[in-house]
Amino acid sequence: MKRTIFGNQGLPWLLLAPQLAVTLVFFLWPAGQAVWQSFLREDAFGLKTSFIGLENYAALFRDPQYLNSMQVTAVFSISVAVLSLGLALLLALAVDRMLASSRIYTTLLVWPYAVAPVVAGIMWWFIFNPTIGIMPYVLRQMGYDWNHGLNGNDAMVLVVIASSWKQISYNFLFFVAGLQAIPASLREAAAIDGAGPVKRFFTITLPLLSPTTFFLLVVTITYTLFDTFPVIHATTEGGPAQSTNILVYKVFNDGFLGLNLGSSAAQSVILMAIVIGLTVIQFRWIERRVEY
Amino acid sequence: MIRTVTVSSLALIASLSAAQAKTEIQWWHAMGGELGTKLEEIVAGYNASQEEYTVIPSFKGTYPETMTAAIAAFRANEQPAIVQVFEVGTGTMMAAKGAVYPVYELMADMDEPFDPSAFLSSVVGYYTDTEGNMLSMPFNSSTPILYYNKDVFEKAGLDRNTPPKTWAEVEEFGTKIMESGAAPCGFTTGWISWVQLENLSAWHNQPIGTLENGFGGIETELTVNGPVQVKHWENLKKWQDSGLFQYGGPTGGADAPPKFYAQECAIYMNSSASRAGVVANAKDFEVGYGMLPYYDDVEGAPQNSIIGGATLWVLQGRDEAEYKGVANFFSYLSSAEVQADWHQFSGYLPITQAAWDLSKEQGFYEANPGSDVSIQQITLNEPTENSKGLRFGNYVQIRSIIDEEFQSLLSGQKDAQGALDDLVSRGNVLIREFEAANK
Repeated sequence: MKRTIFGNQGLPWLLLAPQLAVTLVFFLWPAGQAVWQSFLREDAFGLKTSFIGLENYAALFRDPQYLNSMQVTAVFSISVAVLSLGLALLLALAVDRMLASSRIYTTLLVWPYAVAPVVAGIMWWFIFNPTIGIMPYVLRQMGYDWNHGLNGNDAMVLVVIASSWKQISYNFLFFVAGLQAIPASLREAAAIDGAGPVKRFFTITLPLLSPTTFFLLVVTITYTLFDTFPVIHATTEGGPAQSTNILVYKVFNDGFLGLNLGSSAAQSVILMAIVIGLTVIQFRWIERRVEY
Repeated sequence: MIRTVTVSSLALIASLSAAQAKTEIQWWHAMGGELGTKLEEIVAGYNASQEEYTVIPSFKGTYPETMTAAIAAFRANEQPAIVQVFEVGTGTMMAAKGAVYPVYELMADMDEPFDPSAFLSSVVGYYTDTEGNMLSMPFNSSTPILYYNKDVFEKAGLDRNTPPKTWAEVEEFGTKIMESGAAPCGFTTGWISWVQLENLSAWHNQPIGTLENGFGGIETELTVNGPVQVKHWENLKKWQDSGLFQYGGPTGGADAPPKFYAQECAIYMNSSASRAGVVANAKDFEVGYGMLPYYDDVEGAPQNSIIGGATLWVLQGRDEAEYKGVANFFSYLSSAEVQADWHQFSGYLPITQAAWDLSKEQGFYEANPGSDVSIQQITLNEPTENSKGLRFGNYVQIRSIIDEEFQSLLSGQKDAQGALDDLVSRGNVLIREFEAANK
């Protein structure tokens, strides 16, 4: 086979330039600034700045609120990932079995993804509002006094539902596509060999779906760590008593409301490190078990 | 020929400079809704009253949003000349020595006639430094008062013209209201932090912090875990458990007003500036007004309440010409007519004695009973060092700590003493950080 060889060394760089420029301006530069800011102590107006080394980081790890926020984030991310991946897979399997109406269901299930996160948050806030919402009313009939304004567990359930709801659509779409890519003949052959639906799912469908699942896991975890900000902002604002104050919300709160830029920058650097770390782990260890 | 050209070019230059002569002054504010419309009306009145300056008001969202927007703009060197900052931002603004242009200096530098003694001391006291200099221009100051539902009071067999005076009476009246079935809840409140902690402390002459509540310096520490505050928070928890008190949510307490409007709670404590909203929403019942309740076994209570609301800060770094306009505009704003009109429309306190007198002359208080409760309450006694106000750095964050600890109390995770102790220790960490950043 004859390989095309480009003699010009500059051309690849030229073609890459727009993408590199975007990454540089919108990611590397601000990220670098955040790292630099995290070593500084500064008043709100930027009039007095002093270099304090790692003091901002040390203060964070001494702060029980920050450690609480880490824990809250872990609970939140895992819950959203499990719920949104699990339900999306279930729905995708259901649609996969349907013949005539699958297209309509698919369209309907994708709709929530078109809703802006902040709108979704407000919608769930209304549904679960302890004073005027319908869900607390129903729950009260069943003997449960719902109040996410005071009960931290209720609040966590609320933000998990609100954040998962949107992500289910996205995950669902990829699962449907993944399922359609699995040849029906494989499943049919297994069925002829006497494997029941459950066995077929675990030995054929799930392994063949693993690249999709892996991809969605990475995307969902990143989603829970960053993009859930508007949902939290619109529903609980991190409360009550910090029980839903996830890391990204705390960055915003301390930086933009508290005007403590040094601490906020240190928090965003840690958050960035966590996401990079998690992605590396996922690619190094989990990807090995994925069968492409 | 040459002459006509010269003349016409001169005319052109003259007309250009006439157009440029109007100096524009940016004013960032946080007044939405009806208050915002009124504010624009006031500004339009000023712009029409003179030829030299045009004030341009822009709405920047909530108080914290407006403040952070102005600070971000200052860092980018694009700050407005005037920004409206809420009272809890006072500590932050005062410490920013190179960023703010103190009003007393501005007025002196610009040769604008200015008499600090014309202002009500209980209002401007909050915004003056320890030497008695006024640092910002009060614009909208309010103080919490008590609103009650006269019809529910009557239904419960209470006198419709007697609001509860003490917390013991609040409990007694509330219990009667609930037992008689006149309403399912005794009372609710907006602003737990401002009303049920800061004002509670001032009203009972209890210190909120050391060094005159922080007026004496940024080395201050919070002291709101005293016996009076602990007792009050214990009671609030007890009353919430029995249903006598319903929590209206953090910060402003957005769920509180609907509870009062829907006649669910018979008594409601909130800013005097909520009056317009209460009057507009209390369609099916008559509203009564009273001062905040107090504990009659605390010596010195009731003292005087403290203010909230916002003032106008002038930021450094604009042209001299603009500052002349700002000074001129401030004189207009604090004139008796403008102030009286704003006060009567909004329920905010009149900031000058003249505006108060003018409102009296115009017969406003007779025509609107209850509208002077706020002024009487804030001027009830000469302010002490516990009731002048408060001034702490990072107070915006401390306000949310107050809400968080109150939520821990109500959800039963902590008792009152524990919640207030934690509040004080967490708040002090933030005050120390502020001290370190502003040394």
